[in-house]
Amino acid sequence: MAATPWEDELTGSLQEQFGDQISEFSTYLGQPFLVARPEAVVPILEFLKLEADFDYLVDVTAVDYPQRDERFDLVYILYSFARNQRIRIKTRIAEGCEPATATGVHLTADWLEREVFDMFGIRFAGHPNMRRILMPEDWEGHPLRKDHPITRVDERWVKEHLGIESAP
Amino acid sequence: MPETYLDATELVLNMGPQHPSTHGVLRVILKLDGEKVLGTECVIGYLHRGVEKIGENRTWAQFVPYVDRTDYLAAVSNGLGYCLAVEKLLGVEAPPRAEVIRVILTELQRIASHLVWLGTHVLDVGAQTPLFYCFREREDICNIFEKYCGARLTTHAFRIGGLQYDLYDNFAEEVKAFCRMFPARVDDYEQLLTGNRIWVGRTRHIGILTAEDCKAYGVTGPMLRAAGVKWDLRKAQPYSGYEKYDFEIPIGQYGDTFDRYIVRMQEMRQSLRIVEQAVEGIPEGPIMAKAPKVIKPPVGEVYVSIEAPKGELGYFVVSDGGTQPYRVRVRPPSFINLQALDRMARGGLVADIVAIIGTIDIVLGEVDR
Repeated sequence: MAATPWEDELTGSLQEQFGDQISEFSTYLGQPFLVARPEAVVPILEFLKLEADFDYLVDVTAVDYPQRDERFDLVYILYSFARNQRIRIKTRIAEGCEPATATGVHLTADWLEREVFDMFGIRFAGHPNMRRILMPEDWEGHPLRKDHPITRVDERWVKEHLGIESAP
Repeated sequence: MPETYLDATELVLNMGPQHPSTHGVLRVILKLDGEKVLGTECVIGYLHRGVEKIGENRTWAQFVPYVDRTDYLAAVSNGLGYCLAVEKLLGVEAPPRAEVIRVILTELQRIASHLVWLGTHVLDVGAQTPLFYCFREREDICNIFEKYCGARLTTHAFRIGGLQYDLYDNFAEEVKAFCRMFPARVDDYEQLLTGNRIWVGRTRHIGILTAEDCKAYGVTGPMLRAAGVKWDLRKAQPYSGYEKYDFEIPIGQYGDTFDRYIVRMQEMRQSLRIVEQAVEGIPEGPIMAKAPKVIKPPVGEVYVSIEAPKGELGYFVVSDGGTQPYRVRVRPPSFINLQALDRMARGGLVADIVAIIGTIDIVLGEVDR
């Protein structure tokens, strides 16, 4: 099943506000999502929160497509209690690109963005505490990148902290 | 003033990761002024096993047992969420008999999860007796799980497309016996606690999280409902046939630790109502949908979430058309609810930290994944 276009009064007001910064409005399996330029994401989150009651940021996550020029998909999942509706905002970013933090709009983005940084190495500009959250702070490598093998460990870290020499 | 004068204005205290009331390996750094908490910081990741990475390296069906090990106190709920997400991507629906069995087991799991929360939370605050009562009742639920699928904790109860096992012979009778016995037991717990001056003193107006705070921090589940928001995914966006059952969403008023206690106690009674209704009308028929033997969902991505015992548990799954998930994201309620700890603890007393950690109902396996 292919994605079908998504059109209602919400997409109308978003289109009016953001114009060509949003390149796609679609629905897949009944779940609406939009694709936007990276710099437009935080303004869209803010607009949706203030004007359309999307007051609950459910999740922020990323997907890695290393063969693409803009290798990461950054995904924001939003929910509105008033509308009982869930939408997703997707954006594509290249390696080294630092998207703006959403912590100013949704406090919950704090840990979620830290996890994205930890797992994918995507830094969020303006984040108050851009540090690793699950992996040790001086660990090297970002495990959820596709070019990170599942068996890889940071040998220097293991030797330094656990005193275990890795097998040759 | 003597040279040995100690500056007692600020103290940084480390709590955990090896601390019995952090419910696992959680480390909290506390900044204190005397007994007053000026701020907290959580250090997590001690139990990180890379569940999402493992998911990308297993087939769709092989990943089901791994999700049991995120929130290991509610393995059945985790399995339901993941199976529903993959089923949505595949365009498969579990048959009615499987759906009803899923609801019964998931609601029993909610009760079991709440029982562990109640026992340990109350123990942290200083009452020992309820722990033994709670584990006694939880044992009955674990026995039902064990008879059904052979495991008590990490059950692997559901499969993509339905169920592996049909019910054992007197499943319905055993569940009904539990339903008859359990309400009186909840009354017992409430008799020990609800009017207990020490318990009320330790929980009333402690760790307040208002509805606005909950929304800002993305806090869901009993914590959100205790703040007075009547929101439950089973009602808001029903799945697995929850719209067919008659039950209520208990809510609190102040969003404090006591309200969260009351909400969870009510939820156990409501879960029991659902189980009673479901077990009366288990339809006959197949337990497995016509799902392909080799699961290869079409290219696409989907987010599916359920009301787990701790809050909204979501799975964002991406398929590239292959036999393995391209990406599985677990949206863990414990991780996100824990973020609100600082908000709840700041300005309170250090003695209340333990009560506040207990009231969030975290499982570190799910926080760290």
